[in-house]
Amino acid sequence: MSGHPDGTLRRALSALRHDPPAVAGTAVLLLLLVVGVAGRWLAPDGVNDVDVDGILRPPSLDHLFGTDELGRDVLSRVLVAARVSLEVGLVSVGIALLVGVTVGLLAGWYRGWVDNVLMRGMDVLFAFPVLLLAVAIVAVLGPGLLTAMVAIGVVYTPIFARVTRAGVLSVREQVFVRAAVSIGASDARIIRRHVLPNIAAPLIVQTSLSLAFAILSEAALSFLGLGIQPPDPAWGRMLYDGRGFVTEAWWLGVFPGAAIFLTVLAFNLVGDALRDVLDPRQLTVGEARRSRR
Amino acid sequence: MTRFVLRRLLQSVVVLLGVTLVVFLLLQLVPGDPVRVALGTRFDQQTYDALRERSGLDQPLVAQYASYVGHALTGDLGVSFRSGQPVTTIVLERLPATLSLAVTAVLLALLVAFPLGVLSAVRSGSALDHAARVFSQFGVSVPDFWMGIMGILLFAGVLGWLPPSGYVALTEDPAGWASHVLLPAGAVGLVTASILTRFIRSSVLEVLSEDYVRTAEAKGLRSRIVVVRHVLRNALIPVVTVVAVQLASLIGGVIVIEVLFAWPGVGRLTYDAVQARDYPVLQGAVLFVAALFLLMNLLVDVLYARLDPRIGVR
Repeated sequence: MSGHPDGTLRRALSALRHDPPAVAGTAVLLLLLVVGVAGRWLAPDGVNDVDVDGILRPPSLDHLFGTDELGRDVLSRVLVAARVSLEVGLVSVGIALLVGVTVGLLAGWYRGWVDNVLMRGMDVLFAFPVLLLAVAIVAVLGPGLLTAMVAIGVVYTPIFARVTRAGVLSVREQVFVRAAVSIGASDARIIRRHVLPNIAAPLIVQTSLSLAFAILSEAALSFLGLGIQPPDPAWGRMLYDGRGFVTEAWWLGVFPGAAIFLTVLAFNLVGDALRDVLDPRQLTVGEARRSRR
Repeated sequence: MTRFVLRRLLQSVVVLLGVTLVVFLLLQLVPGDPVRVALGTRFDQQTYDALRERSGLDQPLVAQYASYVGHALTGDLGVSFRSGQPVTTIVLERLPATLSLAVTAVLLALLVAFPLGVLSAVRSGSALDHAARVFSQFGVSVPDFWMGIMGILLFAGVLGWLPPSGYVALTEDPAGWASHVLLPAGAVGLVTASILTRFIRSSVLEVLSEDYVRTAEAKGLRSRIVVVRHVLRNALIPVVTVVAVQLASLIGGVIVIEVLFAWPGVGRLTYDAVQARDYPVLQGAVLFVAALFLLMNLLVDVLYARLDPRIGVR
């Protein structure tokens, strides 16, 4: 079976090793992981250390990324905010993966009315522009890190449900699944042992690409003040706070935005390489994003 | 074809009903009493009672939903908690600003993506093709609002050519409108252009490998004529639909850009409604945009089936 987890993992790792853009993407992601875990220790200053005598200082040896409108060190805030982006990205995509895969498995395996009800529900969520729905959910639940994670998780659930359902519909017709059914294996066992390993490849690809979208969405939500609340730093919020000063202090606009861009680019490069090897029929990042703003 | 259209229409109606349910339930998710939350320190019993009654919140839940859908069908999306104005009027007032921004962004995107996508497919593997692919990867990874900030920095700050933000209606002062729309539309258009470039490239590449293109080349037609007459005509069918979907998604998806550039469109209205906890306006704007998004997707599918009859019978 080509979809066996070991085989999938091997092919994924090989894809990442032999594709130069993917190697660069992986290196950025590893660096990001280190910064995400150790950002507070790596930061040269405290993220909320205000210095009224040192506001809007340009980059220098004392402050490599300059200081903001309150005299806080921009480099320290960019480093610490990496953790927020990664956390929101991972947790929200985790929620979307868990719920979406469950919905897709149930819809694809049981078909009939279960499929109809669940997938029409997913169609409804798909009918909203991504950011608009996320904003609406956060607006009613109240802004914050947790609600941002839930909102982004909800809006990316339908894509996982669709990918999973399509995979299940194709795998359930395979001889080895029909054989398992005929010897009386339970639904849960067949799904766990035979179906899930065989739909792992498209799910891995979708997870990687969704992480990029989720981080973009988190940046947009925090730009609108609907993500993590001040004084904790988030890249999107730093851009919002700095937007009024950007013509006199370019560093407030450049560094947090570059951090978002590099992170999203890294996930996209890795996702594209994985797709080319594991699931070439799946849409490219651009194609997937065409209606998922 | 008729069956296909009817089936898609029915699906859209079912999804639209689901959309109204989600939008209706949003208000129920507000922790506590939404009217009390919205009134905040301006609370007085008379205003509170009037708003609850006008919003139908004193009714049972099922009756509230039935009434919400019934009113929505007649174009009544409730009244603003803040201004008391009908939500439909408020949303429709903001629509031209969003439409003018979205259409300009898509036009700018096409201006870049069309030649770049076609040329990179025709000269596949060339330096231009590589540059186009780098551009696409850049565009799908960059936040449009960061591009907006960089645009402000360069064109408003350093060069001083364009205003950093603000809005002038197209009907009042076309030149003023143009100078204000360039930065936000350019930021959004850049991202859209990268997406369209990929689509146009892969669509043209696909048609280039068709037998009839080889036949046209074999009978000695000049390559420019083959591309213009035989390739583009077929390759652009899916592109037309993608452009329409892009436009639809921009109408609901430019919240951040509208906030950044103080552009008074539907996105900015949604943001203001969130800040003011004006839930009926938030619900109305979300429902309006989702319905428009659904309608445009339906039109795109019908248009696609019309342009490519194979779709309608699948």
